[in-house]
Amino acid sequence: MNSVPTNDNPFAGDNSGIQQRETAARWALRVGSYIVVLTTVAIMLHIFVKGAPVVFRSQWPFVNTQFLTELPATLHVIEDQQGNHIETDVNGADAVKKKLGDNFRAEKTISYSGGGILGPIVGTALLVVVSVGVALFLGVACAIYLSEYAKHGKFLEMVRLAILNLAGVPSVVFGLFGLGAFVLTAPRFVAMPAERSVFAIPLGFTTLSFEGWDTCVLSGGFTLAFVILPVIITASEQCLQAVPQGFRETSMALGATRWQTIRYSVLPFATPGILTSSILGIARAAGETAPIMFTAALAFKDKLPWQKDLPPLPADASIFAHWEQSVSRFLGIFTESVQALPYHIYTLAAKIPQNEYAERAQYGSVFVFLVLVASLAASSVLLRKRLRAKYRW
Amino acid sequence: MAAETPVPTVTEPLIQVEKFNYAYGDNQVLFDVDLNMSSEDVTALIGPSGCGKSTLLRSINRINDLVDSARVVSGKIKIDGIDLYAPDVDVISLRRNVGMVFQKYNPFPRSIFENAVYGLRVAGIKDRHDLEEAAERSLRSAALWDEVKDRLHEVATGLSGGQQQRLCIARAIALQPRILLMDEPCAALDPIATARIEELIHQLRGQYTFVIVTHNMEQAKRIADRTAFFYKGRLIEEDDTMNIFHHPRDPQTEAYITGRLT
Repeated sequence: MNSVPTNDNPFAGDNSGIQQRETAARWALRVGSYIVVLTTVAIMLHIFVKGAPVVFRSQWPFVNTQFLTELPATLHVIEDQQGNHIETDVNGADAVKKKLGDNFRAEKTISYSGGGILGPIVGTALLVVVSVGVALFLGVACAIYLSEYAKHGKFLEMVRLAILNLAGVPSVVFGLFGLGAFVLTAPRFVAMPAERSVFAIPLGFTTLSFEGWDTCVLSGGFTLAFVILPVIITASEQCLQAVPQGFRETSMALGATRWQTIRYSVLPFATPGILTSSILGIARAAGETAPIMFTAALAFKDKLPWQKDLPPLPADASIFAHWEQSVSRFLGIFTESVQALPYHIYTLAAKIPQNEYAERAQYGSVFVFLVLVASLAASSVLLRKRLRAKYRW
Repeated sequence: MAAETPVPTVTEPLIQVEKFNYAYGDNQVLFDVDLNMSSEDVTALIGPSGCGKSTLLRSINRINDLVDSARVVSGKIKIDGIDLYAPDVDVISLRRNVGMVFQKYNPFPRSIFENAVYGLRVAGIKDRHDLEEAAERSLRSAALWDEVKDRLHEVATGLSGGQQQRLCIARAIALQPRILLMDEPCAALDPIATARIEELIHQLRGQYTFVIVTHNMEQAKRIADRTAFFYKGRLIEEDDTMNIFHHPRDPQTEAYITGRLT
């Protein structure tokens, strides 16, 4: 610094190594970013290359309809003397064996790898609907209270800290919580309390018994709701805080009550952001395995939630004539246990020996799962865009 | 509503501030303020930033209740002799009678029409005809009708700054309040838009009691009948505007209006 430069050019670069350190730092950061991007692309490509052939076909209708519309089944692979492999299901196996006669060499069965994945798709959709519904209601209510009503102070800080901590709880803990809270002790109306009921409140015409909801969509959905709740609360609160304070003051100065102010001048402008946060919630809820392991998911189920052994509605039945029954049957969907995509993927990976047939089912499921999450996210982004265009300030 | 109310007699001031002390938590910002404002007058509150003039203004419609930890330490603000901080006062009906225009023009990102009738809507008025009539009346009063009558259902944030501020005034007077509080209404506007707002205040004086916080002493001279000078939370001097600016009694007032006190 003190030495007088002998160079004629006062702006000439010095050779103290600052330039080199600058370049090294820039390249270290750049390489880190490249690794992240490359890994992401590699994962996506890998799943696309392995999964797309399972789901898509080169001929009309270009989609493997069987894979998307059938329930999972056991795959039977029959090998003949020439080493050809014939894939079939349990019903087709005998016919194939008969046809081959002496040419038959061996038969392999691979669980869950045949048929399709309709069951897991339906189950995941139901779980997402319940969990996002519950989490949005509770989360937005909580965020509104924290942001608009609660006074700043120690209590509010504690609540915020609690929510942040909730976000750090491992998901398997939520699974056990869901098992204890929703599967085993949540209240329900029954004619006769079960023996395991924690306690029961007789109400005369019925009994409110704390005996749990069993493993079903509701239990799993509520458990997942608590997993994504911190994300939704935190993001919703930020969106509410981002609405200019001037809107609140103006609205109140025009004689609006606090709730009117929130309803007309805060929530509409926070909604696009809250929807964005619910996208994250959907992706998370759809992808979690541990919380639904004990509360909703089955490794295998040969029926969809609405396929039950119930007497069919009378032949003359229009939906309206028997609406009570129709409603209760509709609600019955949510009291069924289901298969779910992430749990199905886990089952395929962990519960059956690896081979080319299982791998196909795995990658197909993962691919469908990603497409599902991506399309949900895309529709939320579109919705947000439309709302943004409507409410801009 | 308020239009039918007989104008109070000149001798009785409409707004009376009595020994008013106000604090945010432990930080007291107003000390023993005594000030009367008559219904005829445009009153300007002047003083350096942080002197408490905005706090006093925002206490008159109790919008400062929204600030956590804000509280009245002692004293009263009365309108027509009624203590605004008495437990039986309903802040909602108070605010319907005491309109407010803020420094930063902030129409809601809704249509011009919806902005104009917001106060009526939240008051429960649903009749389309009534709303349209009120919108036209208030937009005319705010000298905005001719500029926006063909695009009432376009979004208000597309208007120019001055138009947006006049819409905010229209929105406030749609409720036909008796008092209009203005918190530096021209601070965010260019000179031409400012002149239009001042012209508007001239037109509306007498219909509404104006209380205006301003940093612009020329503006206070132009529009105010009475001027009150605040410094460090105290009311230093209150008098006819001409007296304040030409014959200030207090040396601090003189220092401020000559730019030696900031």
